Amino acid sequence: MKLNNTKRKNLLTYAVVTVCYAVFQMLSLGGNLSSTLKGMLVPICAYVVMAISLNLTVGVLGELSLGHAGFMSVGAFMGVTAAISLQNVIVSAPLRLAIALIVGAVFAGIVGFLVGIPVLRLNGDYLAIVTLAFGEIIKSVFNNLYLGLDSRGFRLSLLEDRTNLHEDGRLIIAGPMGIGGIEKIASFTAGFVLILICLAVIFHLVNSRHGRAIMAIRDNRIAAESVGLPVTRYKMMAFVTSAAMAGAAGALFALNYSTVVANKFDFNTSILVLVFVVFGGLGNMLGSIIAAATLTILPEALRGFSNYRMLIYAIVLVLVMLASNNEQLRSMLSRIIPKRKEHTHDA
Amino acid sequence: MPKEFKRDRLVQVPGTALLPERDVERSPILECRHLGIDFGGLRALDDLDITIGRTEIAGLIGPNGAGKTTVFNLLTKVYNPTRGSVLLDGMDTAGKTTAQVNQMGIARTFQNIRLFHNQSVIDNVLIGLHNEMSYGMFASILRLPSFWRAERIARGRAMELLSIFGLEVHADELAGSLPYGAQRRLEIVRALATNPALLLLDEPAAGMNPSETVELMENIVKIRDTFQIAILLIEHDMNLVMGICEGIAVLNFGKVIAKGSPEDIRANPAVIEAYLGRKGAAQT
Repeated sequence: MKLNNTKRKNLLTYAVVTVCYAVFQMLSLGGNLSSTLKGMLVPICAYVVMAISLNLTVGVLGELSLGHAGFMSVGAFMGVTAAISLQNVIVSAPLRLAIALIVGAVFAGIVGFLVGIPVLRLNGDYLAIVTLAFGEIIKSVFNNLYLGLDSRGFRLSLLEDRTNLHEDGRLIIAGPMGIGGIEKIASFTAGFVLILICLAVIFHLVNSRHGRAIMAIRDNRIAAESVGLPVTRYKMMAFVTSAAMAGAAGALFALNYSTVVANKFDFNTSILVLVFVVFGGLGNMLGSIIAAATLTILPEALRGFSNYRMLIYAIVLVLVMLASNNEQLRSMLSRIIPKRKEHTHDA
Repeated sequence: MPKEFKRDRLVQVPGTALLPERDVERSPILECRHLGIDFGGLRALDDLDITIGRTEIAGLIGPNGAGKTTVFNLLTKVYNPTRGSVLLDGMDTAGKTTAQVNQMGIARTFQNIRLFHNQSVIDNVLIGLHNEMSYGMFASILRLPSFWRAERIARGRAMELLSIFGLEVHADELAGSLPYGAQRRLEIVRALATNPALLLLDEPAAGMNPSETVELMENIVKIRDTFQIAILLIEHDMNLVMGICEGIAVLNFGKVIAKGSPEDIRANPAVIEAYLGRKGAAQT
């Protein structure tokens, strides 16, 4: 009974996310959470959304994308720009946050579409290399972008600040300096809601004619074409959805800090998110969520090891990967947890 | 004693085409004119002219490497022909993609089975029914009523199609876990799900035992009778080809060496030569 299994697993994912949210929210309200961990709640949510959105591209569509941080960057800059421009117009912070997330998602989706036009004509390694390049291009663009707002509207210039703003104006994006003086309106609750929305979108999309088409293209492109599936359109659908979610995650992430710079969203961030996805299992959303949360906390938890922190982080990563691929360990686990075997079917 | 299947006599229609008697009144579903393709310097297929009637079961036979699967790949636009044209229901397929040709009405199966192995049997058929459903992306994300309605109808249809081959009991199993023969049948079901006017079967009986083959023959005829579609099949099993095909074309080295009814083909010296070699050739 595959269908019931998928449904059960989806419900389990929602439940785990909700329980984790409830627990951490209570701890945080009760003041039992260290300030470091408290400050990490929103970034964790952002990385979880990054991981599940990349899992849509890598796990469900089956294309390796190495530029996912680029879309996060677009979402961060555009979302924060929207939040700052609306500062005096919309008083309610949650509403402004919601608009910022939507603006971030829309812009990242548009960039995803533009990037997708050349990229999705490629396959495998070539696609990975080109997405990597696009990630870097997006980073360079934001490093050289100056965007200001005054009474005349938005003023844009590249390479140097030629915005010539009026007295009342404000330079929002200042090239390599990024955006400063951001009002931190992102909240853990908003992150939780964003995760739930993204999960629902992915689960509903995957379990529909569109999702089946996307997975058919992944499993056998020639057969998919032979039954009349327009391959490029469905690749684009998955890619753009994934980019838009990354954009929302970027906006949430950036609105949790007072400054944001383009160099934060570099190749390393893309790889980090990819590690979450691979670590959690391709196509396995719950795995991605757990991996993203654990691996975001781990470096902080290892702070006591000071200089050896990243070394130990790497060793833990390698050991867990080895252990989770160990046949004997797996069969032992499946004996202890009998249901596990069924779940791996649709994972 | 092998079962007898009802076959119509072939009739010559104006032009050069041969069609089964019952299809003569209607325009043919498929016309290939001077179809050919070169791979580099190799002339893989040359000057192929075939015409298939609306409800004809036609066969394409020939020794290994004769270019039979190439014909299928040309018809479904996996390859673009170097020369000639393909008319499907009178419409030229030039410039169309594989997916578009499928939507125009050609569905196929593959010689080396190409199922979506990691998905359930019913999902494989639902993928075939993709273009029969019309709800959009937002309907599926928001789970609008149009989504549920289309999915319910499609599931019912998928089970109906699966039951033709008795596969409905396996609906929730993974396609890759089915036995070989069942995988071949599932591929035919998936192709049928796209609502074709012409079904191309590439060696449907490969790997089947004689009793399974007889069952397959019954099913092919049943599909033709139920759906009123044309079927073109490539097959090496001569009992199957001679048993159910009305028109047969024989390919050798990329050229048609004979066309006609099974009786004509069986008696054709060129065909015998292609399959068995020329008498006395071994001595010289």
